[in-house]
Amino acid sequence: MPSGVPLAIFLLPFFSFIVISFIIRPFLNSKPQLSGYITTASIGTSLILSLWVLAEVSSAPGHVLSMPDYEWLAIGDTVIRFGVTVDALAAIMLIVVTSVSLLVQVYSQGYMHGDPGYSRYFAFMSLFTAFMLGLVLADNLVSLYVFWEGVGLCSYLLIGFWFHRPAAARAATKAFLVTRIGDFGFLAAILFLYSKTGTFDIGELHHLALAGAIGGTVLTWAAIGIFSGAIGKSAQFPLHTWLPDAMEGPTPVSALIHAATMVAAGIYLVARMFPVFASSLTAVTTVAAIGGFTAIFAATMALVMNDIKRVLAYSTISQLGYMMLGLGVVGIGVANDAIPLEVGLGLGVAVGIFHLFNHAFFKSLLFLGAGSVNHATGTFDIREMGGLRKVMPWTYITFLIGSLSIVGIWPLAGFWSKEGILDHAWDHQTALFFLAMITVFMTAFYMFRVVFLTFAGEYRGSNAGHSGASAHAPSLRESPLVMVAPMGILAILAVISGWLPVSSFLGGESESFFGALAHPIAWVSMVLAALGILLAYALYSAKWLSSESLRRRFAPLHTLFSRKYWIDELYERVIVVRVLVDGIFVLLNWFDTRIVDGIVNGIAGGTIVAGKGIRRLQTGQLQAYGIAIFVGVLAIVACFLIFG
Amino acid sequence: MNVYLLSPAISLCGLAIVVILLDLFLKRKWILGAVSVAGLIVPAAFTLALWGREETSFNGMLAVDEFSLFFNLFFLVCAALVILASMDYVSKFRAFQGEYYALVLLAATGMMLMASTRELISVYVALELTGISLYALTGFLKDPKSSEASLKYLLLGAVASAVLLYGMAMVFGLSGSTHFKDIAAAIPGDVMGNPALLMGMVLLVAGFGFKIATVPFQMWVPDVYEGAPTPITAYLSVASKAAGFAVILRVFYEALGPVSLDWGMMFGVLAAITMTLGNVVAIAQTNIKRMLGYSSIAQAGYLMIGLAAVSALGRSGLVFFLIAYAFTNLGAFIAIIAISNKTNSDLISDYSGMAKRAPLLALALGLCLISLIGIPPTAGFMAKIYIFNAAVDHDLMWLVIVAVVNTAISAYYYLRVVRVMFLGAPLSEEAVPSSGALRAALSVACIGVLLLGVYPWALLKIAETAVSMFP
Repeated sequence: MPSGVPLAIFLLPFFSFIVISFIIRPFLNSKPQLSGYITTASIGTSLILSLWVLAEVSSAPGHVLSMPDYEWLAIGDTVIRFGVTVDALAAIMLIVVTSVSLLVQVYSQGYMHGDPGYSRYFAFMSLFTAFMLGLVLADNLVSLYVFWEGVGLCSYLLIGFWFHRPAAARAATKAFLVTRIGDFGFLAAILFLYSKTGTFDIGELHHLALAGAIGGTVLTWAAIGIFSGAIGKSAQFPLHTWLPDAMEGPTPVSALIHAATMVAAGIYLVARMFPVFASSLTAVTTVAAIGGFTAIFAATMALVMNDIKRVLAYSTISQLGYMMLGLGVVGIGVANDAIPLEVGLGLGVAVGIFHLFNHAFFKSLLFLGAGSVNHATGTFDIREMGGLRKVMPWTYITFLIGSLSIVGIWPLAGFWSKEGILDHAWDHQTALFFLAMITVFMTAFYMFRVVFLTFAGEYRGSNAGHSGASAHAPSLRESPLVMVAPMGILAILAVISGWLPVSSFLGGESESFFGALAHPIAWVSMVLAALGILLAYALYSAKWLSSESLRRRFAPLHTLFSRKYWIDELYERVIVVRVLVDGIFVLLNWFDTRIVDGIVNGIAGGTIVAGKGIRRLQTGQLQAYGIAIFVGVLAIVACFLIFG
Repeated sequence: MNVYLLSPAISLCGLAIVVILLDLFLKRKWILGAVSVAGLIVPAAFTLALWGREETSFNGMLAVDEFSLFFNLFFLVCAALVILASMDYVSKFRAFQGEYYALVLLAATGMMLMASTRELISVYVALELTGISLYALTGFLKDPKSSEASLKYLLLGAVASAVLLYGMAMVFGLSGSTHFKDIAAAIPGDVMGNPALLMGMVLLVAGFGFKIATVPFQMWVPDVYEGAPTPITAYLSVASKAAGFAVILRVFYEALGPVSLDWGMMFGVLAAITMTLGNVVAIAQTNIKRMLGYSSIAQAGYLMIGLAAVSALGRSGLVFFLIAYAFTNLGAFIAIIAISNKTNSDLISDYSGMAKRAPLLALALGLCLISLIGIPPTAGFMAKIYIFNAAVDHDLMWLVIVAVVNTAISAYYYLRVVRVMFLGAPLSEEAVPSSGALRAALSVACIGVLLLGVYPWALLKIAETAVSMFP
């Protein structure tokens, strides 16, 4: 394989972004459909090249291809090389990103049809895909960080795509700021690791971590710093609040960025740095605990949401929590020496990434289904849907397959990877295993609550007066082929992606098709899932039970969940507004403008004031500033004498 | 005495005189600006012709080396961009247009001399030449705010000069010489045992700290930045600050090199305090010029990390950061000049929906603000990585952590402007026009920001060469 192929995978979508921004938008604005074609073609080519890379990697010894790298910049003696990593993990991620992105681009041509920002949309989507592919291929922490910020920026631009809607504008800013909190931990960790090891190269860092050349405390702190970046990007507790709001963006964006790829970048980061994590028991325990807790925590909120995209958003957070849990529990096994190191490193990556792989397909399918429903009804509120099974049979079938897959019913994709996570949780962290089991039940319930409310029963909405969410007039009919076809392909993938030998390719174990049914854990989890589906059926389809009376009985819990544990209020009203904006910033500004003037105002109070122009000069500010220079000199000298 | 070595400064001074004379005859005043910019080619050419020399002349007062030649070019580029950005602005003046350009050029002459001397008296003279030109420029609008700013700047500048002279006197008294080389040979290696040296050093820091606006010598900044004509604010925030850093590099490495352990630590602590104060107070600002004033204080804090890391890496990091900061901050100010030419307002709330009224200006301003935060792929990111790396290398992890936390805080107020521009509702439908000169200056700045962010290699090399002659 020519060494330029991985680079071309990354550059093609980037090229599409350049062409759209600098040629199509300025000169060919009357033909916006060109933007869609170029984006689709470039990403399609990237997918073909990614398949080539995958084939090469699977035949290479150790599943690693060595690639040439280039000197990017030299800082003193440190040379940062810009190279690409092509190993099993990267190859799988390339496939996930290019395939989901391709299908989403095809779908978008229908969904965004007629939108005034059509070209802008595809320009951002191309740029996002390019950055995401760059992130996957990066072989050192600096370029990884550059792309990490790049995908965040594109996410910001795409959440706020309909920027004339205040909610979208707010959500975009919130997403950017909240994820940045984590990113700064990540950046600090990169610099910290560099200060201790003198390298940014990921391969070298792995080597040093495994050889024990980095101290235990250093590793723990570095891993936790890196993990804080992952918490922000993958919307784990306590930085999860941005993802549900990010649903204000166009639905295909939610499918690509906020379900399949960018939010999975946090998982990818932990997997990529797995040897560093696995060398510290504290770090992997943190990963497992945050993941396990987030899984159930987000699921409780998904139980009560009425906006179909928000249910899916909380579901995404919850599933990402599963992936973190998978990485964490295998890491605990490795750190405790329960799993031999040479097995454990591949196994951890395999357990986490296998679920990422399957989730990418079934979750983007569910989002595209939600978009299709919205395309027809003009709303995302499941209380105003119902009975859509008859008018939208394809959307119904594919959404049902996606739901069964996420719930983890044999033999659909979700079953295989979820079993892997549950098995290892049982082996290495029993408390988290039970949380994960309860989450299985909740997942089944909230997904089928959506399925029944949306597709079963009678239509409850009114066709009039919904035009805010998308540019189309609502009409109850199946979406066009350009939208249904990608959903069909994703539905097939949501069934079969779990059968692919992804896990063993990444270095993990694989189950035989029927052998998996021999495990008791598999049966227990499927029984729990079935109970969840049954409860949803009883409440929302057969109406054996009244959902209203159930809600009244559990009123406090319902309020707690639907108000999202008041965490948004805590962050925004209390910490940001009360403590920072109203408190510290105002105080400091006040100090800066008042105290310094005020002191001398008192002294200068008796001064005769003449002329308005000079008056402000004589408030004493000037003298105060002058005095400050001398006070500053004295303070510095005093510090020298005291601490010298 | 080799007058040829002084040719960049002499030709620049000559250009200023030519511009004043032309002002007497010309009716079409825009030619003055054009002549000023085009004329900068002459000193630039002299500078390039001198490249590679390493000589001193005028009894050791003038040093021509890669450091001074680099800064010559730096100030010439800054002056060119500021003049281009001023042309619309100045055309509204009824009189003194020639003087405006001439003062900008004379200030640049002073800055060039600040970077090219190895002797304390010359430092002082060059500093005053710069300072007096800038005091006059600050008051150029002659409205109450501008006059007040100018007077404040003048009086506080005088105080700072006095402090500086006091410090120089102390150092002279101790070493018996005003030449950096002799001072370095005469002073002891530790300030603690020598109160006069300690006092002298701290007074020098205060005097220069006024120029670069470090805490606690930064108080003039918001008032002066707000009152001065906006192009001059840009000039102050970039060129004048860079001149301050250039002279600090010279004086502290060449004259006070033996006590680098002490001043390194001091600059580290000042850097932490300066960036924190600048960033935190910037959050509460509603006027964009004041906000950028506090932001420039914060940036001075990051720049001082390069002084705290006493090493070749720290010096080149500082110089590279200066280049990146110059393009970024000039770009931001040029965009603001264009916008306020139309709206006559510097309130951030009046930038609402600017992306619809002036898409390119808003995009450019957004890019520069992103670079000020330090988000890739912009110059600001590379500069931060580079200078943080120097600090890490010098075992200043605590300072890097403070700086990273500060970067996080700063994102809030920079992004607020971006959000207002791109997501707010426009206050009027009127488009915001901009002149060709302004657009040219803005393009240069933005290309610089992006180029340094993607391919910093060439300028990193230049930055390394520029500081390579320090011990």
